[in-house]
Amino acid sequence: MENKRELFIRLFFFCNGSLAIIVLAGIFYLLLTNSVTAWREVGLLPFFTGLVWSPSGFAVASFGILTLVAGTLLVSAGAAVLAVPLGIACAVYLAEAASPLERELVKPVVELLAGVPSVVIGFFGLVVLNPLLARTFNIPHGLTALNGALLLALMSLPTIISISEDALTAVPREYKEASLALGANRWQTVIRVILPAAFSGVSAAVMLGIGRAIGETMTVVMATGNALLFPTGFLSSIRTMTATLAIEMGEVAFNSTHYFALFAVGFVLFAMTFFLSMLADLFLHRAGEVAKR
Amino acid sequence: MRRRIIASGVVILVVLTLITGMTAGCGRQPAQPQTPAQDGGFFQIKGSDSEVNVVQALVEEFAAVNNVAEFAVTGGGSGAGIAALLNGQTDIANSSRPLKEEEIAQAKAGGVTPVPIVFALDGLAVIVHANNPVDNLTLEQVGKIFAGEINNWQEVGGPDRLITLYGRQSNSGTYVFFRDRVLGRDYSQGKLNLPGNAQIVEAVRADESGVGYAAIGFVRDAAGIRAVSLAEAGGDSFVNPLENEKVLAGLYPLTRPLYQFLNGVPDGALRQFIEFELSPAGQEIVAREGFLPVTPEYMQQNEANLKQ
Repeated sequence: MENKRELFIRLFFFCNGSLAIIVLAGIFYLLLTNSVTAWREVGLLPFFTGLVWSPSGFAVASFGILTLVAGTLLVSAGAAVLAVPLGIACAVYLAEAASPLERELVKPVVELLAGVPSVVIGFFGLVVLNPLLARTFNIPHGLTALNGALLLALMSLPTIISISEDALTAVPREYKEASLALGANRWQTVIRVILPAAFSGVSAAVMLGIGRAIGETMTVVMATGNALLFPTGFLSSIRTMTATLAIEMGEVAFNSTHYFALFAVGFVLFAMTFFLSMLADLFLHRAGEVAKR
Repeated sequence: MRRRIIASGVVILVVLTLITGMTAGCGRQPAQPQTPAQDGGFFQIKGSDSEVNVVQALVEEFAAVNNVAEFAVTGGGSGAGIAALLNGQTDIANSSRPLKEEEIAQAKAGGVTPVPIVFALDGLAVIVHANNPVDNLTLEQVGKIFAGEINNWQEVGGPDRLITLYGRQSNSGTYVFFRDRVLGRDYSQGKLNLPGNAQIVEAVRADESGVGYAAIGFVRDAAGIRAVSLAEAGGDSFVNPLENEKVLAGLYPLTRPLYQFLNGVPDGALRQFIEFELSPAGQEIVAREGFLPVTPEYMQQNEANLKQ
């Protein structure tokens, strides 16, 4: 009886565990088969190294994704550079320096920020940040990669802060006490003891935050201008891969080259995020081993 | 941990109450509260961003007068609306452009017979910042500007300032109409692609170097921007899209019909709605929303299309 139950429960959880893998494999398969058709029709080299994305061009259609990849990388990297230090610093403050009352007040508000719809944040970028950036940098308009990066940083902050803070408060009290007892001051304790001890949790927070930035669509559609020119810096207007999918998927003719090419863009995006989480996992693993030793 | 959950709960509750309080306070009272539609019909209208406001107004007025069916109006662009009609996902496709050849072929293959109705006219406006001194442009100049061949306002009689292009995205009927009618070639790669008319108006309002295009209903009452007068060619007189009589007479070069495509000749509540749109009451709403009423020629076409 007991054994049967055990077996049943084991099976139940095995199914649950495999479901994620099956779904992932399914998505991978769907994207890959459709992408292969696109690559056959467009050619691998023109697809991956082409600078011109113009699927419904007046005379000729071109499907080069390099400009889109550059847009995505630029805006996500910008968001990460802005959000990661700020987010971790805020989490450290909340976990180590803030009074309980401050913590009780600030953390729910930060978490509420995560609930602001992305289209609202995008509109904020268009109406508020756009003229502000234009004036600050003396450029004609602020619908640039920088605008998108600022907004995406804002959107990934709640994730980074909330999960990092959880990780930091989960560090055993003894670590902190031992460090303080050895004569380290609070700063040294935070930097040398608590942050390294919470490293895996904080890294996970950062990865989740960056993941949100890469996959975010509506905000960048509204705030980055979506120009198809290869970006020359943070002050140029960019079109991300997600924006391209969102804009063009709704009207594409079924089974056309354009249709398959959009799947191929989705595949590249998927591969990028997959690679990122693999890297994070590898990183976490190594960190875990160091901690064990 | 527990206390934090309680605290977040309290904050969320407070915000929710505020939001519901506000929306309840300013929400419009329906004409006949909570009466379900008489024959339970429910229709989807999807497509053009240029048309979404005026069609929404028409639907509301129609529902207030004869409560026979429910209509849901969504945007997404003309291309998305037509794609939805061809896939059987919408009853009416709003479109600011006629069907493309591929779409007609796809409709035939899918057993869909698109019936066009022209329910309003638009004088598509080329807009610039209110401080921009450029008043008049020929279509050729506009085409060169949007193709990136003219990139400084100085070349068309303005100040020495680089031009920033604002336009729509490829799913937009306006994008296709403007490209085919004005450019006859591809847009400049540097053009900024925004998701809707309202965003283009916002962007040009904020940018003294900007030029964009938007449906006249979005331009008429907008502050901070100005519609440029256009002429077909150098010798012709320049016409502003705000001059209604001239636009109706076809003297404004970017006058265009606003379409709705149906699958087959409509009957029942759907037909009632179309007839309401084309009635004097419906056309008055079209004018109130900043667009222009349908000319007798298009009215005749509509009548013929509704007969068949």
